[in-house]
Order: sequence, then C-alpha cells, then structure tokens
Amino acid sequence: MNAVSMEAGLLLAGILFLLGMISVMIRRNIIFMLISVEIMLNAAGLAFIVAGSRWVQPDGQIMFIFILTMAAAEVSVGLALILQIYHQLKTLNSDTANFMKG
Amino acid sequence: MELTFYIAAAVAVLATLMVITRYNMIHALLYLVVSFLAIAIVFFTLGAPFMAALEVIVYAGAIVVLIIFVIMMLNLTYEDVQKEKEWLKPSVWVGPAILSLVLLAELAYMITAAEAPPAAAVVAVDARLVGMALFGPYVLAVQLSGILLMAGIVGAYHLGRQKKKVVHRFLQERSAAA
Repeated sequence: MNAVSMEAGLLLAGILFLLGMISVMIRRNIIFMLISVEIMLNAAGLAFIVAGSRWVQPDGQIMFIFILTMAAAEVSVGLALILQIYHQLKTLNSDTANFMKG
Repeated sequence: MELTFYIAAAVAVLATLMVITRYNMIHALLYLVVSFLAIAIVFFTLGAPFMAALEVIVYAGAIVVLIIFVIMMLNLTYEDVQKEKEWLKPSVWVGPAILSLVLLAELAYMITAAEAPPAAAVVAVDARLVGMALFGPYVLAVQLSGILLMAGIVGAYHLGRQKKKVVHRFLQERSAAA
C-alpha cells in the first residue's frame, strides 16, 4: 500500500478551508454563509484525520467525531436563526440584520 | 492508493469551487454533496474507513438534508437567484480571493518547507480502536458533546418556534377602531 504524504493531505485541508473562508467573506446570502462554515469545519476535521493517520493514533478520528457533533448542533441552531431572520425581514441578505442593539 | 487520494482531492476542490460560485442554492448543495463524498474517499485512503462512513451519513446525509428542508420552507423563486447573481459581482470577490490566496501560498510554503517526515505506509485505524479510546480516556468529552447536542435541540426548538404576537386588549381595540 503506497503512502499518501502528509503534506498533500494538509494542503488539501488548507485549500478547502480557504475556499470556505472566501465564500464566507464574499457572500451576502446567509444560507450560503452557513454552508461555507460547514466547508471550513469539514476541512478542519480533514486536518485532524490526516494527523491521526500519520501517527496511526485514534485521537485524530475522535476529534473528527467531536467536530461532526458540533457541526450538527451548529447547523440546527443556525438554521433556526435563519428561519427567524427570514420571517422577520423577508430577505436572506445578512446586511439587513443590523438593528440588534444589545 | 496514492492516485485515488489525488483524484478524490481534485474532485473535492473542484466541487467546493463550484459550491462557492453557484447562484442557485440547490445546485450549490448538490455540489456540496459531491465534495463531501470526495472527502469521504480521502478519509478512506488515509486509513479511516469508519470516519468515511460517518462523513457520508452525517454530513452528506443529515446536514445537507436539513439545509434542503429549510430552503424548501423559504419558498425562494427565480428572482432570488437573480438577486444572488447581482450580489456576487467580481468587484466583491476579487479582493478577499487575492488576499486569501496570499495566505494559502504562505501556508503551502510552510507545510512543504518543513522537514518532511518519511511517509509511512497507510495503516488503517479501525473503528474498534476509536471506540476504545472514545469511551476510555475521552469519556468526559463524549458526555460534554451529549450536553452540546441537547442544548442544540432545545435551542433550535426555542429559536425556530413561531411566536404569536400578543397585543394588549386596549391596543387591539385601538387597532380595530383605526
């Protein structure tokens, strides 16, 4: 079985994280921003898996399970917030939700 | 196995690029599923088959379906796609993209310039080892993530509820008179 070098895996994680980060910055649609956060979380999990595979330890995969749990909780709360914002403002533009003064 | 990794990595990057450039949300989600499946293959080549299964089930299955349900509840039309196209002009995305590419170049330099450890053969860490460690030294974190999920459920229920607007009866009479 040939080896996959650790650099390639970490580079893939970096590229995916970066694409998610660009998308968070350039999008105004709040659902797209949530999707981009999912991409970034997934890239972070990929980095953990790469590290766990390099040192043949289960810790990386365990961290990935925790990231998965957090992503599931985060997306459910985020989608509920998006529904509320849409019912209040009738738009998905995140720039319009700027009136929450404390 | 190495070739499989590189092909899956290329598919993942291309699919993610398509996700962040689509105007239609459903199209973006379909590409997102492709991206998650490609990353699952990457996990498999890295010797984490259980995580590959979890990636397909939880990410490509549950999370994407949740987002699709919410998009169905929002009743978006063709006008929203046009609006999205209007929002995503090159003047908006060129700046962040260039700055982030600079950061990526630095990251790539740091990863490749560091002393490369000799690449060992991929050894699969199977689900049994992961489970033993999960319920051994990490059992406190498992309980904490259970609490997190509970908080997520309660929070989603509380935030997602449509509250009926309660108006005092004087105000009701006034609005009826007006």
